[in-house]
Amino acid sequence: MEIKVDVQKCTGCNICKSVCMYDAIEIVDRKALINENCIFCSACIESCKYDAIEISGMETVLKDFSDYKGVCVYLETYDNKIIDVGFELLSTAEMLADKLNVSLSAVLVCSDEPGNLNEIFNFRLNKLYLVKSHVFENNLDDVFAKALVQVINRYKPEIFLAGATMFGRTLIPKVAAIIKTGLTADCTALSVDDDKKILLQTRPTFGGNILATIVTKNSRPQMATVRPHVMEIKTGKIKIDEKNGSESNPSVNQKDRIEYVQFDQSKFKTKYKLINIEKETEEKINLNDYDVIVSGGRGLGGSEKFAMLKELAGLLGGVVGASRAAVDANWISYPHQVGQTGKTVNPKVYIAVGISGAIQHLAGMQTSDIVIAINKDPSAPIFKVANYGIVGDMFDIVPKLISRIKSSK
Amino acid sequence: MIEKLKIIVCIKQVPGIMEIKINPETNTLIREGIENIINPFDTYAIEEGVSLKEKLTASEGGSLDVEVIALSMGPPHSEAILREAISLGIDNAILLSDRAFAGSDTWATSYTLSKAIKKIEGWKIIILGKQTLDGDTGQVGPELAQILNIPFIGYASKITEISSNKMIIKRLMEDRYETFEIRLPAAISVGKDINIPRVPSLRGKMKSKSIVIPVWGIDQIDMDEKECGLNGSYTQVIKIFSPEHKYEVKMVHGTPDEQVNEIYSKLKELSII
Repeated sequence: MEIKVDVQKCTGCNICKSVCMYDAIEIVDRKALINENCIFCSACIESCKYDAIEISGMETVLKDFSDYKGVCVYLETYDNKIIDVGFELLSTAEMLADKLNVSLSAVLVCSDEPGNLNEIFNFRLNKLYLVKSHVFENNLDDVFAKALVQVINRYKPEIFLAGATMFGRTLIPKVAAIIKTGLTADCTALSVDDDKKILLQTRPTFGGNILATIVTKNSRPQMATVRPHVMEIKTGKIKIDEKNGSESNPSVNQKDRIEYVQFDQSKFKTKYKLINIEKETEEKINLNDYDVIVSGGRGLGGSEKFAMLKELAGLLGGVVGASRAAVDANWISYPHQVGQTGKTVNPKVYIAVGISGAIQHLAGMQTSDIVIAINKDPSAPIFKVANYGIVGDMFDIVPKLISRIKSSK
Repeated sequence: MIEKLKIIVCIKQVPGIMEIKINPETNTLIREGIENIINPFDTYAIEEGVSLKEKLTASEGGSLDVEVIALSMGPPHSEAILREAISLGIDNAILLSDRAFAGSDTWATSYTLSKAIKKIEGWKIIILGKQTLDGDTGQVGPELAQILNIPFIGYASKITEISSNKMIIKRLMEDRYETFEIRLPAAISVGKDINIPRVPSLRGKMKSKSIVIPVWGIDQIDMDEKECGLNGSYTQVIKIFSPEHKYEVKMVHGTPDEQVNEIYSKLKELSII
């Protein structure tokens, strides 16, 4: 297997070299030469106007996957509820199943049926696989992985989706490793290739500065975790006649679509001893759950200055974020950090106060719907990614904004 | 009887995104002159490995011989980060490098790493950074742990207790801390909040210059070409592109009161207020 440049086609234009992140391309005698640093990311192939680059020697014998059919979604639960990302997944999965003309199913692993279970029937769900037992009282990845593997091996979906929550990002790789199939992490877009009928998985890399589309070539199911709060939740219910059943399965009502999966509980032993759970009650730290983030940076100058951001965030129903500079200076704790080595967020509104906009910070928030930046330096890079920019004194602007909001209440 | 306990820290060399500029006309990354660096989260993994050795030696030093080994899978110039790890207190390093490994997805990477680790006798703890700057997946840790059939705790925020056969770890989830006890051998991934990395010592720097770092290829770890690299991967990148950034900045001018009023109206329009 190798990557080669067709010297007949290559013009030495340098485009491939300029997109290679791994220093793998040199231009020698006006021809591109790919060296041993190449990791086969395909960026150069994509960029070449002359189709001069090709990967050859790949295994092309495709296995027969005709027994894998259907789209299946893992509905993660927490505090006895199916979390939002489950409904975001069902919305996308429904679209994919429609395109492929296959069934849509979901799997729940829990100790008690979640309170919002009925909401899943707003989607044209053919089956819910319910794996219920006290062994699933806490979200422990080894026993949960075993449960999901059993469901997947029994029901053989061609596509399996889950939320890229922190639990999901530990659990699902384990499932993929046990089954030995491809998994694409933290996808922000999913679609179907009409010809090949395979899943096209798009995800951010390099902190979101580059997007990659990935396929699972020779294994099933095609597994992907999906970034929470990116896919829209479909609104509107399917009309269901309770007596006669659903729109897509006229003869099957809600209860009949639930299958309680039987399994040997004794084989589900966990290696984890959960000693305790401390919920963070004082401060709001789950930044991804809020529509508004008010974020502070080096310009604030001190931890006490975060109080006004906290007040503004509170009035807007949001939460406080921070740049790395503010966290490193100990003005606010690490769970609030947004950026390359902190959290990646995409709220409806991101208000950046006293943040210069270093590329590492942008990596964590540039997909926010609306960015409002307040900074006294007109040349601050944050203004390049903002929708609204105010060059001004944050200690004047923020309190004034707070009063404005309070006075109108 | 002195028991050997090896801690393996898996690290990766990545392009230093810190240097990246975006070409304002094409909105693509300008790659020129980017240096390769240790993946930032791996610096914390190295510090945790060295720190755990210090703790174990202090508590069980008489009966325990602890060694910290840095392992990196990458092209030949990845050797640089292994030397950097040595300067930070790591005892030994191994470079996993072979043309056959190129193009590995997270499965092939995890599988290759597992083959190398199985060649190291007496390993009990594996530490990784929680995700890489380029791949951003965070998948290698749990996949590797699954292949080795050991427990895995990701996003470890603090190791509160460590002994030769178990550890107690606290991890930070979205809105809560969870504390677990797990028996060794085990694997963990770490973020920034777990420690403060030390600076290289003079002794470390000298050692990093002279130490011999073995290079293991496909033969040394008993792998077949079909199992590694692009051939051994289940996923494949078929397209790479820059996101469309529609940046039209509206600078809000006027007096502070006018500016505040405009922002207030926008927030009201968005139904935030």
